[in-house]
Amino acid sequence: MIDFILEPWAWYVSGFLIALVMFLLMMMGDRFGLSSNLRTLCTICGAGKKTDFFSFDWKSQKWNLLVMIGAVIGGFIGAHFLSNNTGVNISSDTIEQLQEIGINSSNTSYLPTEIFGLFTFKNILLLAVGGFMVGFGARYAGGCTSGHAISGLSNLQIPSLIAVIGFFIGGLFMIHVLFPFIF
Amino acid sequence: MKNLAYISIGVLFGITMYKSEAASWFRIYEMFNFQAFHMYGIIGVAVVLGVLTIQIIKKYNIKTFFGVPIVLEDKDKSFKRYFWGGIIFGLGWALAGACPGPMFTLVGAGFYSLLIVIAFAMLGTYLYGVLKDKLPH
Repeated sequence: MIDFILEPWAWYVSGFLIALVMFLLMMMGDRFGLSSNLRTLCTICGAGKKTDFFSFDWKSQKWNLLVMIGAVIGGFIGAHFLSNNTGVNISSDTIEQLQEIGINSSNTSYLPTEIFGLFTFKNILLLAVGGFMVGFGARYAGGCTSGHAISGLSNLQIPSLIAVIGFFIGGLFMIHVLFPFIF
Repeated sequence: MKNLAYISIGVLFGITMYKSEAASWFRIYEMFNFQAFHMYGIIGVAVVLGVLTIQIIKKYNIKTFFGVPIVLEDKDKSFKRYFWGGIIFGLGWALAGACPGPMFTLVGAGFYSLLIVIAFAMLGTYLYGVLKDKLPH
């Protein structure tokens, strides 16, 4: 039983729990969607004074900020109490392919230390550009993985399907076309 | 009490993101290389169960814990914003390996470099808010 928890969780367990999270939020009268918090955080920082998009009462979104704080605590619990920290269980094809671009840490670390553990100019730029596009793109598309891929598709929304197709076009272009120039 | 419920749901979400490895850059890289079923299985199971759940909610008019009917609004019909916004999001997702939920989970897990990702995700959100009326939707 303990081993079962300490090992990486199977896709069907994880998928079930994500659906449960969405269900519980609907039963609370709210919607599953994490990227809205980025907008709320902008509002808390005072962005509403200059830009209408951010001028709303952030307290109406307090519930989602609490979910976000819970997600931070969940990360702490998952990493410190529910894992034996032996890297990530990715396929051997992926491991080999990553070695070709100089990333060898998947057996020992949850994230590639070559990118997330070294504060070189290139790494900081990479994280900054990546984060920027996630934030800009999520708000432009009106949602992220939780809002469109899970909630939107579950409610059979065509706009969400278009967004998810967009996520994949962007992701595939980044990995297959741009990565060879980056790494 | 309600606050505690939201935090608990968030904790469940965070633990699930971490333990499923969906919050790992490695898994996102693997997914976009089609080298494992894992991520597709997670999203697939969540969506299939989500569709069933929402159909049941609609059919039996399930109410919230507080007795209010659950009304799910349709998203505005358009193409450009979802398509172009989605592509920009996908580019960032594959590069940083984290979407807006897991980036917070990872800070909790002790990966403080994600604070850079979060700061710039806020900046990206802010720039969208500034440019909103000039962009094709």
